[in-house]
Amino acid sequence: MALALLAFSAAFALSLSGLAVAQEDDTETPQPDEPESVRGRIRDKSKDPSRPLAGVELTAEEDGGAVGEAVTDEEGEWEIVLPGPGTYTVTLDPDSLPDGVALRDEDKNSIEVEIEEGRAKGLIFAVGARTTITQSTADRLLNLTVKGIRLGAVIALASVGLSLVFGVTGLVNFAHGEIVSFGALVAFFLSTSAGGPGIPLIPAAVLTLVVGGLFGWALEMSLFRRLRRRKSGNVALIVVSIGLGLFLRNVYLIIFGVRPRPYTQFTVQQNFDIGPISLPAKDYVIIAVSLALLVLVGVLLQATRVGTALRAVADDRDLSEASGINVERIILVTWVAGSALAGLGGVFQGLTDRVSYDMGFGLLLLMFAAVILGGIGTAYGAMVGGLLIGVVTEVSTYWVESKYKLAVAFSVLILAVLLRPQGLLGRAERVG
Amino acid sequence: MAIGPLAAAYALAGVGLNLQFGYTGLLNFGHVAFMLAGAYGTAITVNEGGPLWLGLLVGVAAAVVLGLIFGLPTLRLRADYLAIVTIAAAEVLRIVVAGPGEDSLTGGVFGIQRFADGFFDLNPFPTGDYGIGRVSFTARGMWVLTAAWLLVAVFTVVVALLTRSPWGRVVRAIREDEDAARSLGKNVFAVKLQSLVIGGSVGALAGMILAFDRQSVRPGFFLPVITFAVYTIVILGGPASRMGPIVGAIVYWFVIQFTEGFTREAIGAGWIPESILGPEDVGAIRFALVGLGLMLLMIFRPQGVLGKRQEVLIDAQ
Repeated sequence: MALALLAFSAAFALSLSGLAVAQEDDTETPQPDEPESVRGRIRDKSKDPSRPLAGVELTAEEDGGAVGEAVTDEEGEWEIVLPGPGTYTVTLDPDSLPDGVALRDEDKNSIEVEIEEGRAKGLIFAVGARTTITQSTADRLLNLTVKGIRLGAVIALASVGLSLVFGVTGLVNFAHGEIVSFGALVAFFLSTSAGGPGIPLIPAAVLTLVVGGLFGWALEMSLFRRLRRRKSGNVALIVVSIGLGLFLRNVYLIIFGVRPRPYTQFTVQQNFDIGPISLPAKDYVIIAVSLALLVLVGVLLQATRVGTALRAVADDRDLSEASGINVERIILVTWVAGSALAGLGGVFQGLTDRVSYDMGFGLLLLMFAAVILGGIGTAYGAMVGGLLIGVVTEVSTYWVESKYKLAVAFSVLILAVLLRPQGLLGRAERVG
Repeated sequence: MAIGPLAAAYALAGVGLNLQFGYTGLLNFGHVAFMLAGAYGTAITVNEGGPLWLGLLVGVAAAVVLGLIFGLPTLRLRADYLAIVTIAAAEVLRIVVAGPGEDSLTGGVFGIQRFADGFFDLNPFPTGDYGIGRVSFTARGMWVLTAAWLLVAVFTVVVALLTRSPWGRVVRAIREDEDAARSLGKNVFAVKLQSLVIGGSVGALAGMILAFDRQSVRPGFFLPVITFAVYTIVILGGPASRMGPIVGAIVYWFVIQFTEGFTREAIGAGWIPESILGPEDVGAIRFALVGLGLMLLMIFRPQGVLGKRQEVLIDAQ
């Protein structure tokens, strides 16, 4: 049984081996006709909205000799065309800043940058105190809440499959995080990797839904269906899924490399303001698409025959089988749909953060927190729990340092298990 | 190297986990937290000026306290919930230890160094190289190695005695059928808690060996993957078998060393093109193998090398 999985993994490794060659490709796509350059935009972040600064002088030096200089225009933008690839030091002249405006960190007025052939690199000089400090308490909490909704929507999307697979088979899948990573990596291969087809990210994300579904299909058919037929116990299945997760994670590491990398598109975006909320435009899209898909899942579960059958199997497997529902088919549908959504969740997470081989494992405990908080085994539980966990995680950074935010989320998970193991939406008799 | 200090530390951690998982059927996926508690308990005590013996005591005491904190609320839960809670609690502990700055009690992400001198002052081996053929250890390495395997031997005997006692029979009864044990008037909860605390304390000693061997502790040493590796060792050797963790650890480290050496040689000799596998991938291959091994063992031979099929927890809740 594991042979089929191995063969599948090997095929996956081969198809993605272009990733390994693409490791250096982390800025913009090389354009052989374009000259090498550095550029950027100087804005005074102490004003809200931030104000572009004109007339700021910058110089680029190579080995101590100046090779180019620039002055920012009315939009605060500047660009220095460089003589060729190499290592340059770009310095901002603090005296050229307008009166009353200073660098956020006096010592950080020069940046060393390595430019490869045909590349243009964007540099950021932080000018003026951070805006967030001038935000009112209510605005900051509101922004953190919206960021939390973004994280929560992604967690909810990714963990619907985790929860439903538990519902229909009783499997606590510790390898679910690797399905999330799989989606992010497939989209990376399709859109960004030098060995890939280089299609734009949006169609790549749609394709990822299909490939992620296939991955779920392969896992179910090659491994978990056979284990169910052997009547493997709960404990054995947990250990197997942990082993599977560890295996897949390290296969990703071998193929993708250890360094997290962003997608080429939509990486750096200006914040887009709606009232007091200020987020990159992509975050609004992520929230909207995730919530729309979650609503769609809810409608499908309520209104279609397969959805009704799925809920019936989750409720009572034997009774559903006796009523003529093809349980094995429903389980397969759950795996495919759940993995497709998890893969898309991975793409969204890769968009806000970056793509890395272990991003799914980082989300795994958050997903467990979500499904247990909401009530494991139901799709709606995962949605409510996901949103709650996302908001708690982000809003907690108002009081505690952000490096502890995962500890806060995991503590919520532990408390949820202890105080209400059936979850907010679950029924008490579910838990033994 | 298959019998080096690392193998001994993992064997000792396995002895502790075997009591919890193999004999009692507790799905403790936060075992690495006990190792962390032991290592940090000792390191912090010595670093703050305490003597070594006090450090060892504090390390074990920290594990006992951790076992109580883990166990009191969670041991009433089902196996899958216990697994999730213990892995989450271990991560919380690691994040909290890594959180504060360099000058704090735990040293933050940089950890603590230079606490092992007291341990090495006790070294009975004179300076020099010890070894047979290609395998050799320094005097310090020999001391860690000897102390570690001594501990493994002592606790293998302790666990063997424990599990042969009436207490051990209750423990196995709980693994086989918790409700039956309860209906016979056994205090299932208390026995599970005792098993968790004793196994965790043995795990803490394993954490100390790791700390002394590296002469430093850092939060980065105590990742969840360590727990998974110890599980592989216990299942490889055979859950609920006395010598299982020792055999498991030696076989595990032999396979790891062999494949790492082989992969390095193969890459060096050009048998494997660099575009597929580079030298930096060797560590990843190790953990991929651990994962694959864990999976295949659980599917095809859950009783490992030494275990008995009927002793294996196949279908506990």
